[in-house]
Amino acid sequence: MGSVVVNNIVKTYGTKKAQVTALNGISFEVAPGELFGIIGPDGAGKTSLFRILTTLMLADKGEASVDGYDVVKDLKAIRKRVGYMPGRFSLYQDLTVAENLEFFATIFNTSIEENYDLIKDIYSQIEPFKNRRAGKLSGGMKQKLALSCALIHYPSVLFLDEPTTGVDAVSRKEFWEMLRRLKEKGITILVSTPYMDEASLCDRVALMQEGKLMSVNTPSGIVEQFGKPLLAVRSGNMLQLLRDLKQCREVEDAYPFGEYHHAVMKKDFSQQELEACLKNHPGVTIKAIQPDIEDCFMDLMKN
Amino acid sequence: MFILLGMPIVEIIIFGFALTNEVKNSKIAVFDQSADQASVAITQELNASRYFDVVKDIHSYSDIDAAFRKGTMKLAVVFPKNFHEDLLHLNKAQVQLIADASDPNVATTLTNYATAIILDYQDRITQGREVPYTIKTEQRMLYNPQLKGAYSFVPGVMAMVLMLICTMMTAVTIVKEKETGTMEIMLVSPLQPFKIIVAKAVPYLLLSLINIASILLLSTFVLGVPIQGNLLLLIGEGVLFIITCLTLGLLISTSTDSQQTAMFISLTGMFLPTVMLSGFMFPIENMPRFLQIISNIVPARWFYSIVKDVMIKGLGFTAVWKETLILVGMTLALLALSIKKFKIRLA
Repeated sequence: MGSVVVNNIVKTYGTKKAQVTALNGISFEVAPGELFGIIGPDGAGKTSLFRILTTLMLADKGEASVDGYDVVKDLKAIRKRVGYMPGRFSLYQDLTVAENLEFFATIFNTSIEENYDLIKDIYSQIEPFKNRRAGKLSGGMKQKLALSCALIHYPSVLFLDEPTTGVDAVSRKEFWEMLRRLKEKGITILVSTPYMDEASLCDRVALMQEGKLMSVNTPSGIVEQFGKPLLAVRSGNMLQLLRDLKQCREVEDAYPFGEYHHAVMKKDFSQQELEACLKNHPGVTIKAIQPDIEDCFMDLMKN
Repeated sequence: MFILLGMPIVEIIIFGFALTNEVKNSKIAVFDQSADQASVAITQELNASRYFDVVKDIHSYSDIDAAFRKGTMKLAVVFPKNFHEDLLHLNKAQVQLIADASDPNVATTLTNYATAIILDYQDRITQGREVPYTIKTEQRMLYNPQLKGAYSFVPGVMAMVLMLICTMMTAVTIVKEKETGTMEIMLVSPLQPFKIIVAKAVPYLLLSLINIASILLLSTFVLGVPIQGNLLLLIGEGVLFIITCLTLGLLISTSTDSQQTAMFISLTGMFLPTVMLSGFMFPIENMPRFLQIISNIVPARWFYSIVKDVMIKGLGFTAVWKETLILVGMTLALLALSIKKFKIRLA
């Protein structure tokens, strides 16, 4: 039995005339103690999914359970045992750090001391600022405080909706380390993010696009599924290079990727033909690379 | 958008036609102790004018008092015994006009109209006579002998302030939680939604009590408007009205998602009707029928009348139980409606 079970969830917004499908038949299962990532661009339906799982919204179709409790019928039981951190900073900006924590401990019928072990690592980092108002904290510190508040009652399942959006690279890294440590304490964690590079930090990820799951697998499993040669190409004229790559018969898909363009090649492509396509370019560098999650995402989006 | 364009139209119509300080078909009592030719004639004239409707079943001063307490009448005309005979033989007679001056504007207007009609009659019968008849009108302003405006605006301001603070602030603070997203995490907690709301409402209840206290203190010691009735009853009714306003604010908060909308609804939807339709600025009796009906659903109307009765007229609970019951009913209805509408989920 999974810790979180989602079965064919459909959610649409708006009236019949202008209907937007946020979730279109989503199914997956998260094992207890797993760090599960939901990766997708803005508007993929991540927040809708989280709201349904945290009983904040009702799905139009399908059912879901968290910790064995149905998200519609066992609303109260779920609200007692999950921790939820919405995408937007949602603590009381006028209260100090310590007051916020105190407040959330109280509404969950617990005290800071009771579960201090769990949040010690995180909270100790912001403790020097405990008399500062939450609204005056930096982005990274806000996230740490929000996470502390979401953990104060030792939830069995933790839902983090885009916790690293708008947070600097160092804080992001720290944040993921914290998640790993929480996972070791046996908490099931569902985390959504638009950053593909964070996928590799999860046990398993679900790639989501326009309300559909494209793939659910371990990060390495997703990369293995790619199964096509991938090249990184650069030259003196990157714009023209992208056009030429797209023209070339040997190339299935090409897109800019940092300093290089990534070119997804047909199986058994010939290096000579590719070089022939790019013969007009001065100083072409071509190297074979391993695909990462983003390449896989681009590939899955195409199909 | 509709509100922006529609509001001036509605307001100009309401102000222009409906809300007037003029007196029309106001019910007055005639206590006729002589019932002779002259008194009957004057009564007929009063009745015939478009200002008054005469109610005759008044047989004693205590009847007048009772009618005032009930609030059905605002003016009583008392003819003494031997009115006509006095007029014929002494060439002068007296009429007493007793007005309920808890609303000084209305009281003045009513007595002026009545005096004018009586003088008119006097002039008519005097025509062609050498010795003129004089009918002297003696005016008595009940409850507010000095015709102080404060007597009517203290209850009015009280209703207005409470309405504004309780309704608007409750609505705005709850909606603010929705806006900042704190409602979202609070919902995903074992906290019962009911408790969230009570917690939001209690500070404003206390705040409003302080407001009542300061209004009462100021009116007693600075404006010289004494509290005639039972202070505890007055405060009790105040608490009741505060709760009514709080539930009203709650209802607004459940139907809106932004602080701006909540504020706008509270201001235009609650504040204006409170000012215009509670009877504080414009007497309800003079409004057209449809506005009178609408005024019934304005909680401030009932509270205003309660405060006036208790504070100015010094009446007890027996005089205001009907209004109290209406307020209780409104509160329960609003509460039921907002609990039903309160979402335990986001959407």
